[in-house]
Amino acid sequence: MTSPNAPHADRYPAGSAAFPQRDLIALAGLAPWEILFLLDEAEQWVELNRQPHKRDDRLAGLTIINAFFENSTRTLLSFEIAGKRLGADVVNMLVAQSSVKKGETLIDTAMTLNAMHADAMVIRHQSSGAVRLIAEKVDCPVLNAGDGQHEHPTQGLLDALTIRKAKGEFAGLTITICGDILHSRVARSNIHCLTTLGAEVRVCAPPALMPADIEALKVRPYYDFDAALAGADVVMMLRLQQERMSGQFIPSPREYRHLYGLTLDRLARAKGDALVMHPGPMNRGIEIDSNVADLPGRSAITAQVEMGVAIRMACLDVLTRRSRKVEGWA
Amino acid sequence: MSSVRPLTIFNGQLVLPGARPVPGTLRCAGGRITALGGAEPQDGDLVIDARGALIAPGLVDLGVFAIDKPAFHFGGITRAALMPDQGVVLDKRSAVRFAAQSGKPDLWVHPLAAATRGLEGLELAELALMRDAGAKAVATGRRWIADTGVMHRLLSYCAMLGLTVVTHAEDSGLTGNAVATAGEMATRLGLPAAPAEAEALAVARDLALAEMSGARLHIRQVTTARALDLVRHAKQRGMKVTAGVTPAHLMLSDVALGDYRTFTKLSPPLRSEADRQAVRAAIGDGTIDVIASGHDPRGPEDKRLPFTDAEPGMAGAETLLPLTLSLVRDGVIDLARAFELIATNPAAILGVDAGKLAVGSEADVALIDPAKPWVVDSDMMAAAAGNTPFDKQGVEGRVTALFKGGMPIDL
Repeated sequence: MTSPNAPHADRYPAGSAAFPQRDLIALAGLAPWEILFLLDEAEQWVELNRQPHKRDDRLAGLTIINAFFENSTRTLLSFEIAGKRLGADVVNMLVAQSSVKKGETLIDTAMTLNAMHADAMVIRHQSSGAVRLIAEKVDCPVLNAGDGQHEHPTQGLLDALTIRKAKGEFAGLTITICGDILHSRVARSNIHCLTTLGAEVRVCAPPALMPADIEALKVRPYYDFDAALAGADVVMMLRLQQERMSGQFIPSPREYRHLYGLTLDRLARAKGDALVMHPGPMNRGIEIDSNVADLPGRSAITAQVEMGVAIRMACLDVLTRRSRKVEGWA
Repeated sequence: MSSVRPLTIFNGQLVLPGARPVPGTLRCAGGRITALGGAEPQDGDLVIDARGALIAPGLVDLGVFAIDKPAFHFGGITRAALMPDQGVVLDKRSAVRFAAQSGKPDLWVHPLAAATRGLEGLELAELALMRDAGAKAVATGRRWIADTGVMHRLLSYCAMLGLTVVTHAEDSGLTGNAVATAGEMATRLGLPAAPAEAEALAVARDLALAEMSGARLHIRQVTTARALDLVRHAKQRGMKVTAGVTPAHLMLSDVALGDYRTFTKLSPPLRSEADRQAVRAAIGDGTIDVIASGHDPRGPEDKRLPFTDAEPGMAGAETLLPLTLSLVRDGVIDLARAFELIATNPAAILGVDAGKLAVGSEADVALIDPAKPWVVDSDMMAAAAGNTPFDKQGVEGRVTALFKGGMPIDL
């Protein structure tokens, strides 16, 4: 096996053929080599971000607009840092949900941003499919920073990079994703990404939070968390929103922890070196205990945040190569 | 109508109930059909050569959401039953009376009275007053009446008044904010979804209540195999129940949602391929009585939105006829049955003397070239908006002339 950190240039075609998409809306439908290309591109940024001087000016002069129609702190910050470290001018537009009535002006907003000649747009929206709708109307590359319950592709990529750095190749890995699968765009992007890369993916949730026909996405569904954990190489916990634990889907947070909380005892059912992941923000003491979240050598939760910046730098770099007329991409 | 010039249409194929088309002539005078078959034109008649076209009854469209004459005329629709879900809900005598007049002179509008005030599903509306103001049936609108007690009282009252109750069959407790049918497609797209069984649950309850009360029930859209089975068994038991559907649910499955195209957002949502096949089978075996357009033109302000935020509905008036005729070409039904589905049966449910060619009936007549090919184009539609899920699809069958009460209508 080659070093997991080394680029696998033999796995994908040269130049723009390595990633022929204009936008990054979803990981569903991407070829394995397209995903691997982005992961490999991110490796250099992982290194750069660990240096005291974290600056590369390849996007100098470009304007990136982060248009977030749904509240976000972490993802927005991560994209902002990624753009700035590549030298771009980054502008954040935060559209409080109250000021845009149910997306009535969504297309108008997109056209307005387009007229400002952004070189890339990063968009988060509370409705599935909304980012694609915007991408169809604007002239620049669009990165989906999360659309409703559909996808959050950079999260899927950063999780894959985190796993690769810890475990090497994906084939042969068993990865358990547990939590609110039904409402989770993180789960969908991870499912598409990890199954495409050859991992065996299990999803675990109570019936009310398990999407219909999830098997069609090439995963194995479990209601029993202990069974889902048995022999797992990676355990990925999802955040459960408070309002879904108050009787609507789950009787109480306490009961959710009883069935689906990742405790040290439960973690022992997974492999001895199983990696613990969580996209954040965590409900400590509910879906994950603090002593698991902070477990040295096992918890990759802060590594995920670190990989997030690198992945977003890679995506911004790759998607703007055509407009920057990079050799082989123009 | 006596001022209308008598009309003779010759050299056509007469579409008569329960029969293959027969060559013949139709003559009408005083707004009514006076002869079918071998009639000769009389002096002063407007004489029209049908050139081999079908001479068929004008279509009767049971359940439209807008009065959209250009679209109805394009589609050969001479009578439209207007759903009560209007800007001003049809829950009062005055609103019904106004709606009943609103099609004159070239379209019959048959208002459906709102079952409950404001269509809220709580208090019965003044149904007898609305009946006597021209309402031809009662409808629950786009929504199901969730309160079983209210529904029971509604059906009992309508049984007494002799009014058919037109229902929307989706258990709202199960559907919640769903915009799609639960299944692989909704899971992939991350769309809020409800199980298809929400329809069967609603149908089961409403059938039980209708049987208790003796009311006539018309379920406007039955789109799933399980609900169709319930209707089939109810009919076998002799219940007074009829079922309808729109062409969307016999032509498309939820795979059409694939690119979040809001023109495919319908209520009820598109179903699985297995359910689509069950709808086609139910049309073939007589379980489904009516195919309607569900005409609901929606502009960009309602449709150019993220899928979950867009309004449901399609502009269906122009495609009702050709898509129904596609079932004839596919061997699901014969031509006579096609016109039962889009004219005779809906007219009977509404209790209006129309929907079939018969001497003495209102002369609502369409000349139809059943093989004429054309392409549906959402940018070029007669309808008030082009929200069709059949954009750029080739179809066959086109109305070439239309008459209401023997009066020619400009197409």
